[in-house]
Amino acid sequence: MVFGHSAAEERSGTAAGSPLNLAQSRAAVRVDDNGRGRCILSVPGIKCGACVAKVERALNARDDVVYARANLTLHQATIVLEGPDTDPMPMIQTLAALGYAATPVQSGADTAPDPTGKGLLRALAVAGFGAMNIMLLSVGVWSGADGQTRETFHLVSALIAVPVVLYAGQPFFRSAVSALRRRQLNMDVPIALAVALALVLSLFETVQGGDHVFFDAAVTLLFFLLTGRYFDHLMRERARSAVSGLAKLSPRGAMLRDEDGSLTYALLESITPGMTLSIAPGERVPLDLEILSGNSDLDRSLVTGESMAVAIGPGDMIEAGALNLTGVIDGRVLRSSDDSFLAQMIRMQSNAEAGRANYVRIADRAARLYAPVVHLLALITFIGWMLVTGGDWQTSLFIAISVLIITCPCALGLAVPVAHVVAAGRLMRMGVLMKDGAALERMAEIDHVVFDKTGTLTTGTPRLGNIPDDPVMRSGAKALAVRSGHPAARAIASGLHDNPSDVTCHTEVPGFGVEGLIEGRRARLGRAEWVAEIADVAAGAGSPAFGFEHCPSVSFDLAETLRDGAIEAVTDMKNAGFSVALLSGDMEDRAKAVATALGIDDIHYGATPADKIDILRTGLRGGHRPLMVGDGLNDAAALAAAHVSMAPSTASDAGRTAADFVFLRDTLDAVPDTWKVARDTARIVRQNFALAIAYNCIAIPLAVAGLVTPLIAALAMSGSSIIVIGNALRLNKAGARTREKPASHVKRKETPA
Amino acid sequence: MTILIILIPVTLSMGAFGLAAFFWSLRNGQYEDLSGDAERILHDDDVPLKSLNSTSRMIVTKETKR
Repeated sequence: MVFGHSAAEERSGTAAGSPLNLAQSRAAVRVDDNGRGRCILSVPGIKCGACVAKVERALNARDDVVYARANLTLHQATIVLEGPDTDPMPMIQTLAALGYAATPVQSGADTAPDPTGKGLLRALAVAGFGAMNIMLLSVGVWSGADGQTRETFHLVSALIAVPVVLYAGQPFFRSAVSALRRRQLNMDVPIALAVALALVLSLFETVQGGDHVFFDAAVTLLFFLLTGRYFDHLMRERARSAVSGLAKLSPRGAMLRDEDGSLTYALLESITPGMTLSIAPGERVPLDLEILSGNSDLDRSLVTGESMAVAIGPGDMIEAGALNLTGVIDGRVLRSSDDSFLAQMIRMQSNAEAGRANYVRIADRAARLYAPVVHLLALITFIGWMLVTGGDWQTSLFIAISVLIITCPCALGLAVPVAHVVAAGRLMRMGVLMKDGAALERMAEIDHVVFDKTGTLTTGTPRLGNIPDDPVMRSGAKALAVRSGHPAARAIASGLHDNPSDVTCHTEVPGFGVEGLIEGRRARLGRAEWVAEIADVAAGAGSPAFGFEHCPSVSFDLAETLRDGAIEAVTDMKNAGFSVALLSGDMEDRAKAVATALGIDDIHYGATPADKIDILRTGLRGGHRPLMVGDGLNDAAALAAAHVSMAPSTASDAGRTAADFVFLRDTLDAVPDTWKVARDTARIVRQNFALAIAYNCIAIPLAVAGLVTPLIAALAMSGSSIIVIGNALRLNKAGARTREKPASHVKRKETPA
Repeated sequence: MTILIILIPVTLSMGAFGLAAFFWSLRNGQYEDLSGDAERILHDDDVPLKSLNSTSRMIVTKETKR
């Protein structure tokens, strides 16, 4: 699978050797206990065993590397460096030469091993050990052991079960207690209660020398549920590591311009307003700045959703997150990183998320209905048996507790997570990362789809709309266009197929365009007003324009490129019965042009981040459940506010964090495909619930009648759990057809010349 | 049935041994890269053993030390 390949490539293509990247990679080195440098690189390109061998061989061959190991699961390479000051940049370049884009992993959270997963695995192992041994003894009891032998077996079972339940049951007990503290019920409340009661009842019976002990049921139950929980955790952990492996777009530090003009690297947190920063072409603006010197063009598509680059010069204010394209700029910091535009967006996003916290997962909704019913049932059973037996409280209590044990929602507890784990595996093969199982539930409930325009429906790279008739103009324009990195120039260069004319002494004027001598004649390509200084530009002609000195000019019409599969995705969602809307921060005509091409009628343009949230909130209040698909920093809050959200892997860091699903393929097919998986999963979950309830309908009357023995309990519980797991696995079979579409086939973006 | 006095502890200690072995492998990072380790076995460099003394140990350090 290719994780954010194109984004990483874009970055390394333009700014690999920049002083900022050098400094950032150096800052990623940690000193370990032996005084050696340790650096973790995220290498999304590691996809197979051959890649692992290639990466390790290349790194281990270097003299400054003590030891390197690649991790295929996490797509990372851990390098132990010779000394604490060794520069990891040459290693990144070594990998780049092999074709692997690598970025250093910085924050502590990304590198920490996974303690929850290990804890769960340990609990699972302990529960497995206990379940096997107790079952062995139980078989002895069921096959007719009695008297002293049976009591010995019960005693040994108790000695195993008590520590096992105390250790392996912790995740359930903790979750149940914290839910009860919040005065809520979740699935863990009946589970914890049943396990605890089964243990206490069995201990009591053991001491009394009774017939029936439920140690095996209690421990087997824990084993099954821990299996479900561990896989659920593994799924989220894999998605998390894959998302954090995507190349970070926003810089973590910046180059400070000192008074003597030299540059030093500083972390964002240590930069205060008033300092001067220098930003090279190809770097993202780290903080909100006022430009002091230098001209450039700025790609604000991730910040505001504008699709075309804007020219900037001294005196302009620029926001954090925008991409500097053509010239070096120096700017004065206006706000510290806590108050920057980026931080404001993140605050808006966390406010918007508050609404979603109210979402109650299906399993917990079921538990809220289920728990009171079974607890009441147990109480009624107790009272009923008290009346029938004339006050034999021991027998009555035993039967009442056996009702609670047999109704313990083992199958219900597995019904949802197993289906979600299978669905997550299917989505991952399709190149879609799911952050959380709740997202899949919400995805199945949508009735409205909202798309962002720039970077989501369109690729963000413009395409040439018209081609001039005059071949001289074509080759002249191409000649100048290939000499600039501006997106408009790149579009012209790739849209014209003539051979470029010879150019002498060309110069690029950031913010305006390119000028050069073509066969001795001065020519300019760039902003219409600037070209008009030397050529005859018709009044009202659009930009960019190209003209020779004292000759009439031509204007180029730039259209946005629709993302692959955009039309199909919109049509699919419409056919599925959803209303589709476009929500863009861009100008009216550009938004309308894209909407018309895709057949979307509901258009909102010029929307600020606050407008976007408002529009989604209005929909939510009206009872709608919108799916938001967006990528930009300005979409981050809207992604969090929507019922469920998706973002492409090329999205801004904030957008990827906010979205529930991140799709790695370049095509927008991922949107209807994910919805289809969500719909299938919801169906399987409903079937699982039906199976679990059917099981209870058979088991409860038996338990109430006092006919449940430990043997029946063990059979019924294991049986129902296995049926539910088997049903969830059918989801995998249904996905076999879509699996043929390879997820790794991501179309590469053209690297800038 | 006195044989049980021996058999039950034997069973339990066998189980406990397995559990201890699992914990040991978990602590040693055997489960950190399951898909990588499955492939790694096919791509190991076969380093010929030059001699049975210290030179071969150096190669082992570079390849397998954590």
